[in-house]
Amino acid sequence: MKTHFSLEKNRFLFIFCLSLIFFSEFSWAGKTLDSIKQKDQISCGVNTGLAGFGSADSQGKWSGLDVDICRAIASAVLGSADKVRFVPLSAPQRFAALQSGEIDILSRNTTFSLTRDASLGLHQTAVTFYDGQGFMVPAKMNIKSAKQLKGATVCVQSGTTTEKNLNDFSKANKLEVKPIVFEKLEAANAAYFSGRCKAYTTDASGLASIRSKEAKDPKEHVILPELISKEPLGPMVRRGDDEWLAITKWVIYGLLEAEELGIDSKSVENLKNQSTDPAVLRLLGKSDDMGKLLGLDREWIARAVAQVGNYSEIFDRNVGEKTPLALKRGLNALWTRGGLQYAMPIR
Amino acid sequence: MNTLTHLWNHKRYRLYLYQAVVLILLGAALFWLGHNTWINLKQRGIQSGFDFLSDTAGFDIGETFLITFDGSQTYWQAFLVGLLNTLKVSLCGLVLASVLGLWVGLGRGSLHPLIKLFCSTYIELIRNVPLMIQLLMWYVLLVEYLPPSTEPYSWFHHFYLSQEGFAYPGFIWLQSPEGNPTLSSHWIWSRPVFDPQGVHTDFNWSPEFLSITLALSLYTSAFIAEIVRAGIQSVARGQIEAAQSLALTPWQIKRWVVLPQAARMITPPLTNQYLNLVKNSSLAVVVGYPDLVNIANTALNQTGRALECIAILMLVYLTLSLVIAWGMNRTNDKVRHYLKKGDDFAPLKLTQRA
Repeated sequence: MKTHFSLEKNRFLFIFCLSLIFFSEFSWAGKTLDSIKQKDQISCGVNTGLAGFGSADSQGKWSGLDVDICRAIASAVLGSADKVRFVPLSAPQRFAALQSGEIDILSRNTTFSLTRDASLGLHQTAVTFYDGQGFMVPAKMNIKSAKQLKGATVCVQSGTTTEKNLNDFSKANKLEVKPIVFEKLEAANAAYFSGRCKAYTTDASGLASIRSKEAKDPKEHVILPELISKEPLGPMVRRGDDEWLAITKWVIYGLLEAEELGIDSKSVENLKNQSTDPAVLRLLGKSDDMGKLLGLDREWIARAVAQVGNYSEIFDRNVGEKTPLALKRGLNALWTRGGLQYAMPIR
Repeated sequence: MNTLTHLWNHKRYRLYLYQAVVLILLGAALFWLGHNTWINLKQRGIQSGFDFLSDTAGFDIGETFLITFDGSQTYWQAFLVGLLNTLKVSLCGLVLASVLGLWVGLGRGSLHPLIKLFCSTYIELIRNVPLMIQLLMWYVLLVEYLPPSTEPYSWFHHFYLSQEGFAYPGFIWLQSPEGNPTLSSHWIWSRPVFDPQGVHTDFNWSPEFLSITLALSLYTSAFIAEIVRAGIQSVARGQIEAAQSLALTPWQIKRWVVLPQAARMITPPLTNQYLNLVKNSSLAVVVGYPDLVNIANTALNQTGRALECIAILMLVYLTLSLVIAWGMNRTNDKVRHYLKKGDDFAPLKLTQRA
């Protein structure tokens, strides 16, 4: 009988630890882009199954916001959005998989924080989704605010920043909630939907995803209005590889900039030939060659937008109001529309 | 030179030399591995060290045993809570699995066909389904089919079973309020109270604890039952016939003739099962029971200290296993000399058929 730390379960953690222990020379600097071009494929770490962000359908085709970010990067770097190998990762596995070189980019609804940026040997890139930790409760409990959860048992998924936020919120409001921390999503869902836990807590987007996929009737569960933490989600890459870091960051900014300039997958070809706006021409590589500075070709963003869509298309397709998750743009609206999404200027 | 040749030709010293060489190589290899790890961690900017253990944990633990915990305490105290929870599950599992295993093992050798069939079915069913699946099954069954805590099953107003767990009464130590000399500290009888909000209790076994204990003890008991059966069958028939001819009752034969001799066969494989049970208790994390692995997972994710947290886990499970192995080896020494003190070959003689 195997113990919990079996090789299958924590493969990446183990490969990572073993590689740390055994290999003598490690220098990844500048190598990611070369190896990607050589493989003609990007290895992208994604969620094992979070509807709207990263999940595979019955044919094994991946979709989701995090997935589309990787596809856009593949399109910009390798010329085709399909040149991605998706590696599903659990929360405890994800950093080890990136550190060990198993994946080139981690796009798995990962929260940015000081600890993660400073002590894991990894870099945060750009925020693809502004989230916050929320609570979901059964509608019949008639709870209107998270502050009414006094003494309640709360289901938590392990391997996240969630436990700490819950503790802070509970302390600050003298709620004395009791957390039950699950590693398996199935067990956590079973515990919440059977009523073992009075509330379920994780990122609000994750709650919407679980509600749309797992609840018998999504209307029977409400997500409370309070968000108890800031959860900026986005891709991470290894340290010491500044070229690759710059590419991932600027592809994301490019997708946002495209939305801001009104370029989408349908209009991109027309705009390339007909637009007179210098900003549009610059982004699409018609005037200045911005791609060259990143080590890419002129068409990098034009191609990514044509194949995957701009940020708003990616958002609407995966998590927007017409999807089962039905999330509003909210914080994720462009800065020009009162949101937080603000691309650094591409010039 | 002469002395060296002399030493080389001396068998014992030559063996010492071999051992010394192996020891030095092993030490060098370990040093190289450790050094390498350290350099690699540094090169990649991954911070390491055990200093995080004295930092504030910042997360709560839903269920504690013997000691209390809240988020303002440190990581090492959180690890301690996890260890105690692991010990609680392991101890309960060991006792239940042994008792159950013994009876099912005896039942397997029963002359009554129904009992025999039941025990065989039990063993084959339980030991051939992966533990993880049994664990999830018990957990889902418990939380799905138990009533909410506002309408629990109750027995004698002292025991309540609901989704919140199994509440039972017990004694608690009541501290005298400070500056009140009229009330001294004393034990009081505390029983669960049920009101429309639910069950309020000082003593509770959560569904998480119940499911992991149940799954572990049932799973291990099936293996123990087989070991018990094998141990019993290894006792020579002559021994039983001799006991029968002395007009001992079937129970007396089991208790005074068969089991003492079977014990020496049973103990070594039983040790393995006990070790397995303790290690398998790490599956508790699956159903959200805050055992050591669960706590280490949380700590690992908050601090990113993967190597350190895994090292702590390995060290703790190794220590637990060594303690159990040591205890069981002492038991083994005892039962080996149960029949005839100092006779190491007694089992051989006993199994020889006349």
